[in-house]
Amino acid sequence: MTDRSLKIRGLVKEYKRGVPVLKGIDLDIAGDGITAIIGPSGTGKSTLIRCINRLVEPTSGQILFQGMDLAQLKGAELRAARRRIGMVFQEYNLVERLTVMENVLTGRLGYMTAFKAWLRKFPPSDIEEAYSLLDTVGLANFANQRADSLSGGQRQRVGIARAVMQHPEILLADEPTSSLDPKTSVEIMELMADLAGKRNIPVVVNIHNVELAKRFCGRMIGMTGGKVVFDGDPSALTDANLKEIYGGENWIE
Amino acid sequence: MTTLPRNPFPVNWPARFGWLALAAYVVWAAAQLDFTWSRFVSGLDNAQRFLSRMFPPNFSGDKWEMIVKGLTESLEIAIIASAIGIIIALPIGLMSARNLSPVWISWPARLVIALCRSFHPVIVAIIFVKAVGFGAIAGIGALVIASIGFISKLFAEAIEEISLKQVEAVRASGASFFNVLTYGVLPQVFGRFLGFCTYQLDSNLRNSTMVGIVGAGGVGGTLFAAFQRFDYDFVLAILISIISLIFAGEILSNILRAVFLDNKTISGWFGKGTSTTTVAKRGEEE
Repeated sequence: MTDRSLKIRGLVKEYKRGVPVLKGIDLDIAGDGITAIIGPSGTGKSTLIRCINRLVEPTSGQILFQGMDLAQLKGAELRAARRRIGMVFQEYNLVERLTVMENVLTGRLGYMTAFKAWLRKFPPSDIEEAYSLLDTVGLANFANQRADSLSGGQRQRVGIARAVMQHPEILLADEPTSSLDPKTSVEIMELMADLAGKRNIPVVVNIHNVELAKRFCGRMIGMTGGKVVFDGDPSALTDANLKEIYGGENWIE
Repeated sequence: MTTLPRNPFPVNWPARFGWLALAAYVVWAAAQLDFTWSRFVSGLDNAQRFLSRMFPPNFSGDKWEMIVKGLTESLEIAIIASAIGIIIALPIGLMSARNLSPVWISWPARLVIALCRSFHPVIVAIIFVKAVGFGAIAGIGALVIASIGFISKLFAEAIEEISLKQVEAVRASGASFFNVLTYGVLPQVFGRFLGFCTYQLDSNLRNSTMVGIVGAGGVGGTLFAAFQRFDYDFVLAILISIISLIFAGEILSNILRAVFLDNKTISGWFGKGTSTTTVAKRGEEE
């Protein structure tokens, strides 16, 4: 199996010149397990995750994955790399007017020519896999429904199926549970952990719910002000660490 | 503690002054153009003679043939012009959407749209008549230009309002630009695009009956000739026929909307996914 670990070196992102959101991030993410990134809103967690698949352009630094520097890729090379990086979004980002099946198959678009994609000529094996994934996420009977007819939890299940459909070698999740109720949040995390575990896909997840992160993730990274301030085992995360990450202390029970 | 003076509905003096100025200008301009009641009354006399000569409308043999020939030509002009216009408007609209295209593509595309929209179809028809001669081809040319201008502009605006989150997700899968278009962009605007097209078909139908007046084919030429010969009963017959055609066109575009917009996914259009459960959002489409 190919090496699925990720190395980030000196990653800086400035949306405005001279105002860095990420101030030189160095991280090594192992090729398996779930890594949680926690931190207050606006601290650059989302930016960090989006730099990895280049939905956001890094200003400087390296993102090393399978011998490539993702930060330097362009055009076809970048698209080829993106095919191997799955992503799950906070607001699901399904294409509302496509059916559930079409949304799941979107995960294979990187392998389709424009003409075949337009005519929906997906290989039968992809379609078979999409049905079985929908079955796994509990939406077997929803394949032909439009995405905008689904509830939040159902949408996120489709979002996960779409990402897994890519056969990703790393899975990014940008606050996948922040728009969901507590029970559904747990179910979604269980689903991601289960699917990624069975396929040996390392997961990097931004998450606001510290308890949920501790429950599912093997490693916690705490960020504040565009820097990593905690990196370690969930059990090692103390109230003092949380105070440093989020500031203040009245909110800690 | 001092309190600020409280006024829940402060007067907007500049706006008030603006309305007043507008009203004053309308009154002044009307006086300039002899737009007065007495002028209207003195014209009524003429209208009475004109209207009385219109009745009964003349649908007799050879006249009816002329009407049918003219209307058929108008209908053909409208449908051909809409078809060509739609095909050209699709890429131009995509190119001029600023959230998809870089400036060096969107700017020229916008220029094309602005040029197409500069003139009324009748003026464009005159230009085409001078360039390619009398007949339906000039009318088709004029209405193609009008269709490109209208559909591309509204299509581009619709694209500029799409949700980029959906596009982002498709991009993240490693899809090529064209696949992002067909899966992330078009599904979001397809219903509205069809709405613009049926509206333009409707509008082309109306305009196709008019371009004939300048010699660009269709029933308009027949109508103009009848006016020139003071053949008012024939004029009324033509007008009634045009009204019927427009009504028929209205019904046709309603059917088109029902067929396309109630099953709005692109796959439905290709005969797949027919069991698509559609969430009726007609209001959103209009």
